[in-house]
Amino acid sequence: MVEEIGTTDKGELIINVGPQHPATHGVLHLVITLDGETVRKVEPHLGYIHRSIEKMSESLSYRQFIYATSRMDYLSAHINNHACAMAVEKGLQLEVPERAQVIRVLMGELTRIASHVLWWGAMAMDIGAFTPFFHAFREREMINDIMEESCGARLTMNYMVPGGVMYDIHPNFHRRVKEFIAQFKRKLPEYDELVTGNTIFRARTRGVGVLSKEDAISYGCSGPTGRASGVDCDIRKVQPYGIYDRLDFQQIIGTEGDTYSRYLVRMQEMRQSLHIIEQLIDNIPEGDFQAKTKAVLKVPKGEYYSRVETARGDFGVYLVSEGGLTPYRIKYRSPGFSNLSALDHTVRGQKIGDLVAIMGSFDLVIPDIDR
Amino acid sequence: MFLTRYFSEIAEAVGSLLKGMRMTGYYFTHHKEIITQQYPDNRATLVLPERFRGEVVMTHTDNNEHRCTGCTACELACPNGTIKVVTKFEVNAEGKKKKAVDKFVYHLELCTMCNLCIEACPTDAIRMAQTFEHSVYDRSQLTRILNKPDSKLQEGVE
Amino acid sequence: MWNLAQLTDLIHRWLYETFPPAWALAFEMIIVGIAVIGLFAGLGLVLVLMERKVSAFMQIRLGPNRVGPKGLMQSLADTLKLLVKEGMTPDGVDRFLFNLAPFIAMIAAMLLMAPIAFAKDFQIWDLNIGVLYVTAISSLNVIAILMAGWSSNNKYSLLGAMRSGAQIVSYELSAGLSILTVVVLTGSLQISDIVTAQSNGWWIFKGHIPVLIAFVIYMIAVTAETNRAPFDMAEAESELTGGFHTEYSGMKFALFFLAEYINVFIVCAIGATLFLGGWMPLHIGEWSAFNGIMDWIPSSLWFFGKTFFLIFLMMWFRWTFPRLRIDQLLNLEWRYLLPIGMVNILLVTVIAILKWHF
Repeated sequence: MVEEIGTTDKGELIINVGPQHPATHGVLHLVITLDGETVRKVEPHLGYIHRSIEKMSESLSYRQFIYATSRMDYLSAHINNHACAMAVEKGLQLEVPERAQVIRVLMGELTRIASHVLWWGAMAMDIGAFTPFFHAFREREMINDIMEESCGARLTMNYMVPGGVMYDIHPNFHRRVKEFIAQFKRKLPEYDELVTGNTIFRARTRGVGVLSKEDAISYGCSGPTGRASGVDCDIRKVQPYGIYDRLDFQQIIGTEGDTYSRYLVRMQEMRQSLHIIEQLIDNIPEGDFQAKTKAVLKVPKGEYYSRVETARGDFGVYLVSEGGLTPYRIKYRSPGFSNLSALDHTVRGQKIGDLVAIMGSFDLVIPDIDR
Repeated sequence: MFLTRYFSEIAEAVGSLLKGMRMTGYYFTHHKEIITQQYPDNRATLVLPERFRGEVVMTHTDNNEHRCTGCTACELACPNGTIKVVTKFEVNAEGKKKKAVDKFVYHLELCTMCNLCIEACPTDAIRMAQTFEHSVYDRSQLTRILNKPDSKLQEGVE
Repeated sequence: MWNLAQLTDLIHRWLYETFPPAWALAFEMIIVGIAVIGLFAGLGLVLVLMERKVSAFMQIRLGPNRVGPKGLMQSLADTLKLLVKEGMTPDGVDRFLFNLAPFIAMIAAMLLMAPIAFAKDFQIWDLNIGVLYVTAISSLNVIAILMAGWSSNNKYSLLGAMRSGAQIVSYELSAGLSILTVVVLTGSLQISDIVTAQSNGWWIFKGHIPVLIAFVIYMIAVTAETNRAPFDMAEAESELTGGFHTEYSGMKFALFFLAEYINVFIVCAIGATLFLGGWMPLHIGEWSAFNGIMDWIPSSLWFFGKTFFLIFLMMWFRWTFPRLRIDQLLNLEWRYLLPIGMVNILLVTVIAILKWHF
């Protein structure tokens, strides 16, 4: 490890970016080596918000451990919960009612849009435009209100239970989502006008931080970050879960692998998610919102794995059960960690301003990396 | 040709910048788009959805009766050890000893509002309240006893 | 009506009648100094509030609205807070330079006030090389920034200062070239002459497209020179956390902050003087009736109106555009602004020689 204060032998400057730095969106600590303005090396240091959620889950029952995953990738809390619920359902061989499935997917896509909208604002802010951040929150607020009404909380919903969802959707849900769709369709072109088309934004992102397809695969990049490099890694398509195999949507795959391409993939994904919501909102089947389960869940002995596509990529839950009341071991595969590992490779040789832009385009959520 | 490309580049760049400025200019002049909620001022009109999870409370009837039997299902369901039910034995009219709740201790500072206790409660004794202004000057104020003093178990709740 | 020149004359005569000339001069200087500092404080308060309100409306929020009626006292409260805050000097800084830098920034900004004509015949010092003086003094600002960045003993500050050095040195060229177009057209470096030359129409209307181009280049270049977004390389909040003023706090920070806003005001005032006629009301050629109506509006109002319009333009830029990268910033200057500016000045010279302007 290098000395954290000072310079190297070659006269390169070593700078701590973080743990408190406006660009890291959390408590990520990067030790970067600078040659003038050019970044030579980036060394991420983790552990500032490690809460040992995996270990903690070993002492929680199968109903309880789901809530903790909301605190990992808090921007796609609902989708994380979905993965956990699915792992338990696999173990219990529970049949989830159709209505619950549809509600899960609907909420999941709303969460995805909310996450991408926030990312859009934050990325623009990283690059130096402050206004988009506030505009992004306008739409995010609508989704948060929908969540609040149906799930009871805005960010860490904990709406999933093994076998379905906690409550039925709120009577206003249908109307609210319709309103949101109309509003979002009106405002998306504004997003493009404000940021996507902007020549400064394009200059800052095009050809910056190119991640080749081979590198994306070998670093295990997933989600929009991997797809921008041309890897078809959308779990919703590759290994469909829930009702995704019956839905009409596209897997957005970029070609360039640069920051702009990562940006475009996410922008397109918002449209795809909106398309999914439009398909489902008028077709929520009647029926139970929760399967009948025992009060105390006991997953049979065995190993279960479920993976979902969160807003950041491939999220996996590996559940080992010894047949007891609590899991024997839980392992989470979080997308942020693998995506972050590609940062050093991507940033080398770029300018310090690009580091911020690239980090923004990776859409890092630090609790997701640290767990 | 070099020059035409040079100037068309400039024209395109300026065009895209003007588009962005038109956008912000629109919002600068249209104040009805402002979405700020003036929070402490609008407290009276603030409506929170009925499902909003603010804190756990115990419902009491007008006769100071609650529905908690002291079964500790909520305590077991809680992932954080937020709830501690202290039970006592009451002698009822028939002279039988019966378990009842003495103190329902709720640690708000540990609670993550996951709703699992409410789901677990067999008698619907507790529910989530829509309050959200939880800041206090002393941490001890966050530890609450939810059953009111001298409250009794409601008739017919087993 | 509204003639400020009478007021200044009155004070001038009274001072010279009652005191010996040396004393009178000293008193005049003191009065001017107090007026400038007062204007400074006032402008700082107004501009900070204006920036916050403009940004708020563009970002669909309300902005400061708690202190005083409609939040008008907000910047006063901020100033009070900064005044009572501890002016910390961190360990390991070069104390002398660290404490000197904010004052250099302030003095450089103050000196720029001298040749600006705030209203008809209302000018601190109408020196005959006014425009040259402004271009010369405005580059002093970089010294303060370099000093602050270097002495802070902070790598972020150093990076910010070095960026700012590269930026201001290169953008001075385009700013100078675009100022030169007006000087060529007027044939004088004196501010009062430049304003008088626009009595039958402002240069931006009289000078055809080349002056319009010069105006655009001037606006871009001075935005860069005053270190404001999208060219705020020296501060670059998301990259360098605060750039050259990362380590400053309290009143020392406030001085930097104030100097930035005063610089914004001054470059906009110069822009208004050169291209939009300064205090000169909107005159169209020989339409004496129309010109007469326009003359009814006091000249100081014209001056401040134009200046604040340009300031608003700069704020509009700031809250719309993302930040450029340092190499793109220099690219913009050397590949676009400077060549265009050079060709432009040739065109303007041709126009001036052939008297094609109105």
